[in-house]
Amino acid sequence: MSGDKDLDQLKKEAVAKAKAAAAAKRKAKEQAESGAKEEVSPAGDDLAKQKADAVAKAKAEAAAKRQAKEEAESGAQEEPPTADDLAKQKAEAVAKAKAAAAAKRKAKEQAESGTSDEAPAAEATGNDADDLAKKKAAAVAKAKAAAAAKRKAMGQSEPEEEASAGDDDLAKKKAEAVAKAKAAAAAKRKAMGQAEPEEEAPAGDDHLAKKKAAAVAKAKAAAAAKRKAMGQAEPEEEASAGDDDLAKKKAAAVAKAKAAAAAKKKASEGGAASGDDEKAKAIAAAKAKAKAAAAAKAKAAGKGAAAADTPEEPKQPSPNQKYLDKYVEIIQKHLGEDVLEDSYINNLSKDVPTLVAKQDSYYKIAEFLKFNESLSFDYLSEIHGTDFETHMEVYAHLYSYKNRQSVALKVKIDRDKPEIESLARLWAGAEWPECEAYDLLGIRFTGHPDLRRIMLGEDWIGHPLRKDYEPYDVEV
Amino acid sequence: MIRTEEILLNVGPQHPSTHGVFRLVLTLDGEVITDAKPVIGYLHRGTEKIAENLQYTQIIPYTDRMDYVSAMTNNYVLVHAVETMMNIEIPERAEYLRILAMELNRVASHLLWWGTYILDFGATSPLLYAFREREMILNLLNELSGARLTFNYMRVGGVKWDAPEGWIEKVRDFVPYMRKMLVGYNELVSGNEIFLNRTKNIGTYTKEDALNYSLSGVNLRSTGVKWDLRKDEPYSIYDRFDFNVVTRDAGDAFARYECRLEEIEESLKIIEQAVEQFPQDGPFMAKVPKIIKAPKGEAFVRIEGSRGEIGCYIASDGKKEPYRMKFRRPSFYNLQILPKLLIGENISNLISILGAIDIVLGEVDG
Repeated sequence: MSGDKDLDQLKKEAVAKAKAAAAAKRKAKEQAESGAKEEVSPAGDDLAKQKADAVAKAKAEAAAKRQAKEEAESGAQEEPPTADDLAKQKAEAVAKAKAAAAAKRKAKEQAESGTSDEAPAAEATGNDADDLAKKKAAAVAKAKAAAAAKRKAMGQSEPEEEASAGDDDLAKKKAEAVAKAKAAAAAKRKAMGQAEPEEEAPAGDDHLAKKKAAAVAKAKAAAAAKRKAMGQAEPEEEASAGDDDLAKKKAAAVAKAKAAAAAKKKASEGGAASGDDEKAKAIAAAKAKAKAAAAAKAKAAGKGAAAADTPEEPKQPSPNQKYLDKYVEIIQKHLGEDVLEDSYINNLSKDVPTLVAKQDSYYKIAEFLKFNESLSFDYLSEIHGTDFETHMEVYAHLYSYKNRQSVALKVKIDRDKPEIESLARLWAGAEWPECEAYDLLGIRFTGHPDLRRIMLGEDWIGHPLRKDYEPYDVEV
Repeated sequence: MIRTEEILLNVGPQHPSTHGVFRLVLTLDGEVITDAKPVIGYLHRGTEKIAENLQYTQIIPYTDRMDYVSAMTNNYVLVHAVETMMNIEIPERAEYLRILAMELNRVASHLLWWGTYILDFGATSPLLYAFREREMILNLLNELSGARLTFNYMRVGGVKWDAPEGWIEKVRDFVPYMRKMLVGYNELVSGNEIFLNRTKNIGTYTKEDALNYSLSGVNLRSTGVKWDLRKDEPYSIYDRFDFNVVTRDAGDAFARYECRLEEIEESLKIIEQAVEQFPQDGPFMAKVPKIIKAPKGEAFVRIEGSRGEIGCYIASDGKKEPYRMKFRRPSFYNLQILPKLLIGENISNLISILGAIDIVLGEVDG
């Protein structure tokens, strides 16, 4: 709590400072402009005017401050809402933001159009019978601007969502809320002194898809920053937010990093050994680079096989090799040559024969494994999903009580559109585990009798076991 | 004229017969259950997500909290998965200590089930007897690990502590005592007519159902499937012991009751043999790297826990934390069959059926 208070204090101070600075600026401008016209006007008059201005401004500032404080307080009160209150509050917040944005625009327009009445309503005409609503709006706008300034002062680029007017579609609101939460989280991290990758602010664009993409990009960037902060050398993922060939880029980045590391090492070695043998160094660096590039290439090529690598040169064939050969043979005989993406013995996992199915033949193979007389894998021991960042994967461990043999069936699915046929029609035992995978990873199992968020509940935002998951918490 | 209507009955999430935070939404037509919808997740702590940011040794205490009635087997499945990936040879003494700890824990777990299951029917005294014996086991495990429930005892490569002096003798003395008590248990409950009426032919399912619903452990063996991972895919040193896989063919609640009670006897057999074979000295920890890093790749291992098959899947990218960790939690799988068993049953059989599945909610919710 005390940390929050400190932050508040800091914020307030920042606001005050920003205000003072803005006021000074304005004053200087005013003076410069009026000075051009009224250079010879009596000083006393000027002074009186300035004084009045100052008083009015001070008043307005105080009002704005109060407003800001109130807002902050009401915001604090808003924090722990009950589930059905949330939507309402969200809507309110959005409405407020919109109003504020409108007010802001208005104020801006006024400021731009009226060089003569430089001081906008709330400031100069503080004692006039100006209508209250306008003042309030202006104050809110100011508070918002102040908040923005505050955040800016803290080094965060503001996503300027307030500017988005119009659409009151719920999904959008949700997306906004998520984005805001993310931004807040980012700010927090920032405050904690972590380096933040550049976030481009998609200013004032009310196109939903774009926004969503931006939010995702941000989340990714945040996640990347997090990882970075944890000391892991990370390829520049944030750059490839909308990019298709992630793997390629990653590989390139890895190659770069490797080359750099190699060069560094080499450099240090060279420095220790022979002082200024620059040529040799350069050659070494080039060599390292080439090596890294080659490695990256190899890696990129082998990326298809991804997480589980086939044993390059098995010293002695696994005792389960004959089973694997048998499964593959029977499957290919009955279902065709191209239903399997890969098949290998997983040496790390007690030599379990592992089949990697192609996405469109996954269900077919599972069905075949269950019902084929000579295979009869009648028991589903386990099914779960994994997010490998380049793709999602579903892993099922089957067992045949008749043949006393295990097999692992895997399938890779598209991470952006994680959808795969459900096995619940074959094994009723797959029902809940598939719900779990849906809940925690967002994999949709088509043909599932009752796909629901079994652990977290339907109102949970995001899928926690995804690697880019950012927790959304109304209280943060 | 009699007015009839369906009643929606909410059982739990706080209800003594659910043995934890488990909710069941029942639709009743008179006394007959027409629909049952289990609601879970009240105890979901995100163990798998947490594990992704922890080193392997740091994950072990989290496994204690999954099946908190039988934490030793949970400990074991994790270290077993890592050891399988790293291909670590475990010292003899550590293997025996593990076996003793796991089997003692299995007995304690079955005792807790036995006591509370009978308690659900309204018989209070069996629980006291069961807890008396369970307490002795917990004391033994406490001496071994320093904790009564959340042991945190196993490590990758061995166990954390050697057995204290005199511990093996205490375990040896416990076996005949427990055997004697088991006779008493059977005399007290197993032939009781009220008990038989409430368990025989209640919650019956077939072998095919059991396989279809991915049931494991006693829930599977009570339908006649002779399957025990300790016997059929022996891990650790289970192949050195002579014990039976207990099965029944009836597939009802009473069959599961009988299986569990007899499994206590089989576990005692294993404990007895392990005590006999227990190596006089030797290390209780293998030589393992200070920072444990599973090699790149993935592994899925499964062991026979107290409630069924506990599985552990690790996908590693070669770092000291797992990239993805997944536990196959037997209670989660076993509970799936509940709606099928309940629909069409009389509501008074609900407790008998649910209790016989033997769930631990920490494990269901993960």
